[in-house]
Amino acid sequence: MGILKVDDASIAPEKVQWFAARRPLPQKASRMLTVFSFLMPLLIWSIVSYVPFVWHPKVAVVDPGSVSWFQEGSLIDKADFAEEVELAMTEGRLPPTGEPANPVYLPAPHEVAKAFYTSFTTEPKRKSESWLHESLWHSVQVIFWGFVLSSIIGIPLGILCGTYVAISRLHEPFIEFFRYLPAPAFGALAVAILGIHDGPKIAIIFIGTFFQQVLVVANTTRKLDVALIEAALTLGARKFHLLFRVVIPGIITDLYRDLRILLGWAWTYLIVAELIGTSSGITWFITQQARYKNFDNVFAAIIMIGIIGLISDLLLGWLGKHIFPWEKVSRNV
Amino acid sequence: MTGIQLPSYLDQDEKTRARLDRLKQREVILEVNNLTKVFDSPQGRITALKNVSFKTHRREFVCIIGPSGCGKSTLVRMLAGLESITSGEILLDGEPKLEPGPDRGMVFQGYTLFPWLTVKKNVMFGLQMQGRSKSQAESEAMQWVEMVGLSKFANHYPQQLSGGMKQRVAIARALANQPRILLMDEPFGALDAQTRAKMQASLFDIWRNIDITICFITHDLDEAIYLADRILVLKAHPGEVQELIEVPVPRPRNPEQFISPEFLATKKRLEELIHPPVSDKEEEPFQLIRMARAGDEVENGLESVE
Ligand SMILES: Nc1ncnc2c1ncn2[C@@H]1O[C@H](COP(=O)(O)OP(=O)(O)O)[C@@H](O)[C@H]1O
Ligand SMILES: [Mg+2]
Repeated sequence: MGILKVDDASIAPEKVQWFAARRPLPQKASRMLTVFSFLMPLLIWSIVSYVPFVWHPKVAVVDPGSVSWFQEGSLIDKADFAEEVELAMTEGRLPPTGEPANPVYLPAPHEVAKAFYTSFTTEPKRKSESWLHESLWHSVQVIFWGFVLSSIIGIPLGILCGTYVAISRLHEPFIEFFRYLPAPAFGALAVAILGIHDGPKIAIIFIGTFFQQVLVVANTTRKLDVALIEAALTLGARKFHLLFRVVIPGIITDLYRDLRILLGWAWTYLIVAELIGTSSGITWFITQQARYKNFDNVFAAIIMIGIIGLISDLLLGWLGKHIFPWEKVSRNV
Repeated sequence: MTGIQLPSYLDQDEKTRARLDRLKQREVILEVNNLTKVFDSPQGRITALKNVSFKTHRREFVCIIGPSGCGKSTLVRMLAGLESITSGEILLDGEPKLEPGPDRGMVFQGYTLFPWLTVKKNVMFGLQMQGRSKSQAESEAMQWVEMVGLSKFANHYPQQLSGGMKQRVAIARALANQPRILLMDEPFGALDAQTRAKMQASLFDIWRNIDITICFITHDLDEAIYLADRILVLKAHPGEVQELIEVPVPRPRNPEQFISPEFLATKKRLEELIHPPVSDKEEEPFQLIRMARAGDEVENGLESVE
């Protein structure tokens, strides 16, 4: 790109091949699809929310008329509403009026957008409860500690398993078994041992991450080209040097990518972890808001988790390009 | 080859004979005695090498050649200490060797540069393993990088280099340890003809200028004759030594010798050894059915058979 300067403007741009297997797309086309991937669900959501004849199984009462059990703004099943209108008409009473509406659990995009702001500014209902930003921060901390503790043991163990068959045989069969035990199943046990506060929550994240982590890291380590190890051996590298100067630098970029994926999984365990003991963090916020039927806040909070996850992943990706210069080089060639 | 009368590959001119005699009087660097390798594989036991014995002398350039699958790689990997010995022994300067070490440098066919290190740091690797300080290793490594003509690329990463350049770095990296012997397993096998010729010339330059013994594996007959003082010819199933050929082509070598009578005579001998005229009974010939007519007239000068 940009190497060959073509003056002739008559040269038509190459036709984009949308479905060529494993061929790269032009940058512009690829960006466009990225935008679409977010626009499409938003579009569907908007259609369902704003086009009155799509779905809308409820009627929002505008004027209750003569129906005593209707209130302005309440949501009534379409069939019930029609029945009441008919009844009122035949009895010569004032019929109620209303607009088609969706159930309370599906707020429209603009309501959720507003909730993004208002959920931060709404004071908690009780003094002892926390603001949204406090809840979010709490969640981030739980994830962080669960993940860091798991990594401190899991990464070295994984690398050793991937390097030395003896260590792998000693640990991996049990870990393979243990990873099938669902982490949330240890909730009660974790509370009994670690109390009701953050201890058991961090433990759940740890259990959910650790066993996968060891296996994933071990596999990544095993993917290192054995020829590199052999080359190092013929150059006089031994034990520790082999591990620290060859194996670790050799897998570090893949390891980094693994950790990004594992961090994503840790977020899924968060929701379970936060329900254990005293409910806390973003999960507490979500359940609380759902109880008050503030589904706009619920949606906003769920989307926030997504955004935090995506942003932290993008940040890590960007950071990776700078920590591992040889990776950047290979992409440019 | 009709009409041309080739000399025997055993005929050596005066100078060449004297050179080879002197060579054989030099100290023995590598001695291989009755080396045998048996692999236990799921398909059963495979005897990859059987009773291989030979000696290489100081500053000798020996090539090992043989049909594919005859155990060349296995042999050189055993020499490097990367493969265990079933029986027999490998002596380097009279000392038995079982483990890999910096006294035997190795250049592989696949590029095995460390992708996370720059050219300079790749070459420094072995030196640092030997316990040199960083600055010492750096200045020594730079000399080797210069020697292979890559000073301009010292801070490049391997991915940025062409195949030939990568192998240059690999050679510099192996030589930086100042090994007693340089083992090379088809190092130029993946290069195009032009690059390969350049690399052969560079390797000559290096070999002439430093005290190094080279054990070079190839399956290319021309390459073997062009480079070697002596050629160890292996045969397959099991890998055994067929003959140790003393190359009668005078030194210094140059590409014009590719068509000299000594060269062709040696090549003919190698061909007889490696591609014997008896047909291979293990492989079935192609079962071809003729399915094309169009274009026959071009090949045979016949009328089209429409
Ligand atoms: N690790 C191994 N396990 C089993 N058989 C092997 C192994 N390595 C090589 N062999 C067998 O040994 C023989 C020699 O292989 P190799 O040394 O690679 O031959 P070459 O390099 O001459 O082509 C082949 O038949 C091959 O299948
Ligand atoms: Mg081979």
